Amino acid sequence: MSDILDLTAKQAADAVATGDLDPKDLYEAYRAASAADDLNAYVWVADAAPADGDASGELGGVPLAVKDLFCTEGAPSQAGSKILEDYRPPYTATVVRKLAQAGAPLLGKTNQDEFAMGSSNENSAYGPVLNPWDRTRVPGGSSGGSAAAVAAGYAPWALGTDTGGSIRQPAALCGIVGLKPTYGTVSRYGMIAFASSLDQAGPLTRDVTDSALLYRHMVGRDGRDSTSLEHPEEIVLPSATRLDGITLGVPAELSGEGVEDGVMARFEETLKLAESLGATIRRVPLPHADYGLSAYYVIAPAEASSNLARFDGVRYGARVDADDLLSMYTRTRHDGFGPEVKRRIMLGTYALSSGYYDAYYGRAQRVRTKIAEDFDNAFADVDFVVTPTSPSVAFELGAKTDDPLAMYLNDYFTVPMPLAGIPAISIPNGLSEDLPTGFQLAGPAFSENRIFEAAYALEQAIGFDGSKGRVAA
Amino acid sequence: MSAVEYEPVIGLEIHVQLSTRTKMFCGCALSFGEPPNTRTCPVCLGLPGTLPVANAEAIHYGLMIGMALGCDLAPRSIFHRKNYFYPDLPKGYQISQYDEPLCRGGRLGDVRIHRVHLEEDAAKLVHVGASGRLHASDASIVDFNRGGTPLAEIVTEPDVRSAEQASEWLKLLRTTLRQLGVSDVNMEEGSLRCDANISVRPVGTKELGTKTELKNMNSFRFIERGIKAEVERQIGILRDGGQVVQETLHYDPTTGAITSLRSKEEAHDYRYFPEPDLTPVSITQAMLDRAREALPELPAAREARFKDELGLNGESARLLAWRAELGDYFESALSSNGVEAQPLANWVTNELVQRLGGDADPAESKVEPSALAKLVALVGERKVTQGAAKQVLDKLVAEGGDPQAIVEAEGLGAVGGADELAPVVAAALEANPDIAERLRGGDMKPIGVIVGHVMRETKGRADGGEVTRLVREQLGL
Ligand SMILES: [Zn+2]
Repeated sequence: MSDILDLTAKQAADAVATGDLDPKDLYEAYRAASAADDLNAYVWVADAAPADGDASGELGGVPLAVKDLFCTEGAPSQAGSKILEDYRPPYTATVVRKLAQAGAPLLGKTNQDEFAMGSSNENSAYGPVLNPWDRTRVPGGSSGGSAAAVAAGYAPWALGTDTGGSIRQPAALCGIVGLKPTYGTVSRYGMIAFASSLDQAGPLTRDVTDSALLYRHMVGRDGRDSTSLEHPEEIVLPSATRLDGITLGVPAELSGEGVEDGVMARFEETLKLAESLGATIRRVPLPHADYGLSAYYVIAPAEASSNLARFDGVRYGARVDADDLLSMYTRTRHDGFGPEVKRRIMLGTYALSSGYYDAYYGRAQRVRTKIAEDFDNAFADVDFVVTPTSPSVAFELGAKTDDPLAMYLNDYFTVPMPLAGIPAISIPNGLSEDLPTGFQLAGPAFSENRIFEAAYALEQAIGFDGSKGRVAA
Repeated sequence: MSAVEYEPVIGLEIHVQLSTRTKMFCGCALSFGEPPNTRTCPVCLGLPGTLPVANAEAIHYGLMIGMALGCDLAPRSIFHRKNYFYPDLPKGYQISQYDEPLCRGGRLGDVRIHRVHLEEDAAKLVHVGASGRLHASDASIVDFNRGGTPLAEIVTEPDVRSAEQASEWLKLLRTTLRQLGVSDVNMEEGSLRCDANISVRPVGTKELGTKTELKNMNSFRFIERGIKAEVERQIGILRDGGQVVQETLHYDPTTGAITSLRSKEEAHDYRYFPEPDLTPVSITQAMLDRAREALPELPAAREARFKDELGLNGESARLLAWRAELGDYFESALSSNGVEAQPLANWVTNELVQRLGGDADPAESKVEPSALAKLVALVGERKVTQGAAKQVLDKLVAEGGDPQAIVEAEGLGAVGGADELAPVVAAALEANPDIAERLRGGDMKPIGVIVGHVMRETKGRADGGEVTRLVREQLGL
């Protein structure tokens, strides 16, 4: 048997099921690798496997790295923020609990941009995460710790959250698979909220099969989350090798402008590959997608400005004492939040202010409806909309920290899907300048099974070798 | 210079704590004086990552209230977040309803309803130190037991024209809500809280004056006094040539002082936006049917029934309908005997209420409804006089028992028919020859002297009408 850490999660689970692998050895191998993390991917690693795990479940005791913002009982859950330093919740997020019960015990908590606000993981109060493919570069964000840990082989798989691209973009930059599911199919209970109407948990995995396997155990209506719903289909593991009868839609507006040449070249190569597998490629208009970023950067901060109001120093987290209540609030939040979080709280507060509400929040919601209509129209003609996941490969640490607008452009291809509530996956799409690029497929609501099948067929054809990321570690 | 007459224009905002089993957005049981912070969970403490789930029973109660007040019930309503910072608000926002409430319009009695919506209550702050208020207290302690209790906020149109009317109307609202069984409606304990929007304007004008908001008056007496004081304050300002400033005010019932809590400039911008953690409230036919089936007879309908079916006069009907406990007692007495409704109503609302005192529930007294009915019947049959019956009622209130037995034991039976009464009347005429002479001459004014004499002789057991008849008969009139 090859090295434990080289197995995909599915392979490891299978080995446990056949008795070839002791789940304790599996857990300990990853625990040791995580404890030796030199990418700052983890903010906390478990001392031992949690007692409530069940290796007899389908997930076979394959340990799970979990983004810091998921509440885990008794373990730090800080959402990358100083204001929640060493905060240990009294309860565990529904999805983490479900996965533990299905046999994926908690391995550790991964670094992230503070409250999931960022595209490079440089906004973490616990320091930036390094990209395992090139340690001078960012892993993407906000689920950068989860993506780096999986890419480096410090975790077999990981949980992330996607609000405007926070799973797919770091997956692309780290050369792994990231799924943002249909809004509502995974409970948000226990996820420290960034933007409630957009946030959705999803898997970060080495391959498409692992993504489907993990997602299969994440879905389901939760009585504690009113916006959650039952997935109408049972999630199955993909097996397609052809794309016959499948039509891929490339946004008519996608010209390649603003996209790195290497990224665009890999994208076009994969379109040809898809054709060779039987797919038809067609241009589809998404006329409002251009407004997606603007709408996103109104709606998400607006919701965040309200969601983050509870961090007031009264009940939990950091408090800076002062002589009066207002000073306690302002000093606590001044010291506790980082600059990007403050920027978005101010943006959001402004957007919701009386007199500005209609011009900003109201208009952004109308754009959101238009974008959803665009996708509806597109899916009448094509099965999936495909784009590069990120316009660039991983950039150097510090390259964009002084230019928030340039940073926001990273989300150009990934924000329209959460605005429309639809699922999208990013799969590794070859290298550009020796760094991974990503190929994104988006489908209609609840089309995860079909997305997995198409992504699987492309994955087999692309034949991406992720071991270089692990070698770099 | 002739003084301008002013009239008050008053609208009320009432917060009603709903007596559901659990809180508005979590599974915690409601609290009734438990030790602080023992009825809490991650959701109502606003811990990171938690989400609200709307309480179906609270929505059911909201629909019942809407139906009772004749509101339009929205087929779809949504929750909003009302954002502001305060230590009693763990999420930094209150989940409330804003521009799409559960109920709109409606009327109760003489006051129109503007809207009814659902929201969550704040926690309770206790300020340690001399001031008793947050400012300058040594410390403040938060008890989250109350936080998240379901509230229905009922907002009226500005139809109230006096402090007395406000308090009267609130009593009708309280009875209505109590009848619905949706709340304890206890003002002292805070399950019924009232704010008043108050302005004044010259009598005869239509335009509304600048309004102030008087907060959280916790008894009917304070509401009446508070509104009165604020109306006088505003009229005083206008008479002195000043202008009323729009602000939120606090009335201190112990000193009668009205102080400003915050001015218009200091008003919060609540940055309302639709609560993304909750789906819209969609009202199904089944929910409407269930609410309608749960509706008891309400005071306004009961008042109409008392008038139309039992022939009660307006005052009795209203009193018995608005004070449900009196109405229930009345109906129980009415069913036990062939007694007439109006005399029974008079006895319940006057003699019985007087003897039991203010707000007492007659069902808890020693006077069985059937006993009162029997007593009133005895009066109707002229077997007991009004005066004697009052003595019997005294006895019933003190000891209970059967009125017939009391009448017999105490010898309070009416001195009945002509046979028994005629000699007493004859004796009275004989004892007052000058009066008899005047009566014989057609001057009936002094007949009271003869009646009084007979009453004295019979210890009040004679029927006044019968005495008069016998006087006329014996004098050949
Ligand atoms: Zn609770």
